[in-house]
Amino acid sequence: MAAPYDLNDDSVVVIIGSGAGGGTLGNELAQKGIDVVILEAGPRIEYQDFINDEWDAFSQLSWLDPRTASGGWRLAKDFPGLPAWIVKAVGGTTTHWAGASLRFQEHEFKPRTHYSAVDGANLIDWPITLADLAPYYAKAEDKMGVTRTNGIPGLPGNNNYKVFEAGAKKLGYKEVSTGRMAINSEWRDDRMACQQTGFCFQGCKWGAKWSTLYTEIPKGEATGRLEVRPQSQVLKIEHDTDGKASEVVYADRDGDLQRQKARIVCVAGNSIESPRLLLNSASNLFPDGLANSSGQVGKNYMRHTTASVYAIFDKPVRMWRGTTMAGIVQDEARHDPSRGFVGGYEMETLSLGLPFMAAFLNPGSWGRSFTTALDHYENMAGLWIVGEDMPQEQNAVKLHGEEKDEYGLPIPDVRFTDHPNDVAMREHAFRQASALYDAVGATRTMPTPPYPSTHNLGTNRMSEKPEEGVVNKWGQTHDIPNLFVSDGSQFTSGAAENPTLTIVALAVRQAEYIADQMAKREI
Amino acid sequence: MVTVYRRDSGITRRELMRRAGTLGVGGLLVVSGGTVICPPQAWGLEPKALKAETVATLIQMARDIYPHDRIADRFYAVAVKNHDVKAAEDADYRAMLEEGVADLDSRAGGEGYRFVGWEEDRTAILKDIEDSAFFQSLRADLVTGLYNQKDVWPVFGYEGESYSKGGYIDRGFDDIDWL
Repeated sequence: MAAPYDLNDDSVVVIIGSGAGGGTLGNELAQKGIDVVILEAGPRIEYQDFINDEWDAFSQLSWLDPRTASGGWRLAKDFPGLPAWIVKAVGGTTTHWAGASLRFQEHEFKPRTHYSAVDGANLIDWPITLADLAPYYAKAEDKMGVTRTNGIPGLPGNNNYKVFEAGAKKLGYKEVSTGRMAINSEWRDDRMACQQTGFCFQGCKWGAKWSTLYTEIPKGEATGRLEVRPQSQVLKIEHDTDGKASEVVYADRDGDLQRQKARIVCVAGNSIESPRLLLNSASNLFPDGLANSSGQVGKNYMRHTTASVYAIFDKPVRMWRGTTMAGIVQDEARHDPSRGFVGGYEMETLSLGLPFMAAFLNPGSWGRSFTTALDHYENMAGLWIVGEDMPQEQNAVKLHGEEKDEYGLPIPDVRFTDHPNDVAMREHAFRQASALYDAVGATRTMPTPPYPSTHNLGTNRMSEKPEEGVVNKWGQTHDIPNLFVSDGSQFTSGAAENPTLTIVALAVRQAEYIADQMAKREI
Repeated sequence: MVTVYRRDSGITRRELMRRAGTLGVGGLLVVSGGTVICPPQAWGLEPKALKAETVATLIQMARDIYPHDRIADRFYAVAVKNHDVKAAEDADYRAMLEEGVADLDSRAGGEGYRFVGWEEDRTAILKDIEDSAFFQSLRADLVTGLYNQKDVWPVFGYEGESYSKGGYIDRGFDDIDWL
C-alpha cells in the first residue's frame, strides 16, 4: 500500500517527530518496505523559505509553545519561558543545528565505570559500546556527508576560525581543525557546497547543511512508504487492554482531534516533549505515565555544560561571515580528572549576529560595560564550549502543576541546576578559551553564559536494568514492547560531543532492529 | 546663542526646525507643543498617549541603558515609540511609564532626569530602580527595539542578510590579514 495512510490502518509504524531521530528512522524504515506515518507538530517550511534574519527566523522555526524553566540555572531568571532553543517544523532541530558531527569516545559509553561514583550524579553505563555503534556511525557519516569522513574534504576556515586556530596553536593545542561537519564542502547527494553565508542556525538556504527536511524525508517519501503529516501535534498515546501501544491522538492543522492507529509507536519529539508526552499519556493501567515503571521518565535531564567566550581585538574579524561552527579544538575532550572534573569538553567556533549578540552576550546587563563590547562587534571572535554534564535525578522535565496548553494539557517545566562538576568544567573552559584568545592579542574577553538549551538529552534514558532507565539498548521501552524512543532523550549520558550524529546512528540501528522484530512477528 | 526650549514655548515646530537648521542646536531633544523634536536631525515624534516630556525622558533613559555614542537619538526614539503605542492601548501601562518618569525626575531633583549633566549621575539614579517593572520593561524591549533595527546594524559593522549576495564565499569570509 502506498502513502497516504488511513487513520484506521493499524499496520503502520507511527513516528512522532521528524528531526534527526524521527526523520532518519522514518526513511530507514520506508527503505526497508515498512509503512510509516510521521506526525510532525510544526509546519513544512522548505529551505528556500528560510530567512537570513535572526529574530524573523526565530519566529519562523522555533518551538514557542508555553514552557517554563526552573531550578538554579541562570536561564530560569533570564529566559523563564524559553528553556530550550529548538525547532517546531518538519526536519525538527536539524533545520537549526550547526552541523558538528562527532563520534562519542569509547570511555563516554561507560561513564559510571570510568568516572566511578560522582556525588549527586545519577551515572550509569550505556548498555552499548562504541564498537556496537561504530558501524552505524559509519552509515550516519556517509548519509549526512560528514566532512573528513568518506574522503570528503574539510570546510575552509573563515575569519573566526583563523583567529581561533592561531590562538589554539599558540596555546599548544594539537587537535585543531575545521572539524567534522555535516555541511557539504563540495557537491554531494544532489546538494550544493557551503557558500559561507553564515546563518546556519536560521536554516541553510542552500541546502548545503544536512537536514532531514530535504534528505531523509523526501527520500523516504519517494519510496511510497512514508507519509509526513505536518501541523499534527500529538497529545496522547493510547494502549489496548494488553498494555500495548495502539493509537496516537493528535490535533490536526485545524485543531481537530484525530486518532491514528499503529502497530508500533516511536517517540522522537526531543527531550522535553518526548517525556511530556509519555507523562501526559497516563492511564488506569499506567498511572505514572507510559513506560514509567522505573520512575525515570523525564528524569536525568541533561543539556551539556555549555558557555561561550567572545573576545575583542584591535582589528576587525567579522566573525559572522561564513560557516557558523566550522572550527574545533578537541584536546580538552579527554577524561582527565587532574583538571578537577570528570569528562571533557570541546571548544567550537561560534558567532551570533548583532541582534542575538545583544540578547545573549550577558542577558539583563546594561550600561557601558555591555555596550562598549557591542561597539566592537566587528572586531569580535567567538567560540562555544560544549562538555559532558552530569545526569542528576532532580534535573527533570515535569508536568507543570498549574499551567495548561491550548489543548488543556499540562505544559512542561524544565528544571535544571548545575552539578559542581559542571561548574568546575565551565570555569576551566572559560580560562582556557580566554587564554586562547589572549594568545593572539585579545584586548578583552567575555565569559558568556549558556544560551537556551539546544542539546536536550537523557529524559528517557537507555539502561541495561529496567529499574534504572526507560528504554533498552535498542531504544525499545522496557515496559511496552511496541513503544520506542528514537531521539536524544534515550541518551544514558551526554558525552562531550554534539549529539546529532549519535542520534542519527541510533536511529539507523533502531530501524534494523524494528524491521527484524517485525519480520519475526515479535512486535 | 540659541535658546533651547524646555517647555511649551508657543513656537511652531516648523519655526523651531527652521531656526535650529539655521543656527545648529546641539544634540538636545526639545519638547515643544506636545512634540519631541530633535532639531539638528530634523525629526519629531508626536506621542499618542504619553506626555511629550515623558517621551523625551524615556529616550534619554534608553540611551543611558544602552549608550552607543555613534547611534543617533532617532534610533532610540524609534524604540521608545513602541511604548507610546502600547501606552495608548493600555492605561495601566501608560500610568506605569508616567509614574516611572515622574519618580526619576523626583530622584534627579532640579529640572528633572533629562537635565542631569553627566551620564554617570543619571545611571546612578537608574541603578536604584533597575529592579522595577518600569525599568525592566524598557530595558527588555530595547534588546529588540534598538538592536533589531536594520538601519542601526551598519554602525556596528554588521552586514545582515547575505544569501541574496551569494554568501561570503567570494566576498571575504576568510579575508583576515592581521594574524
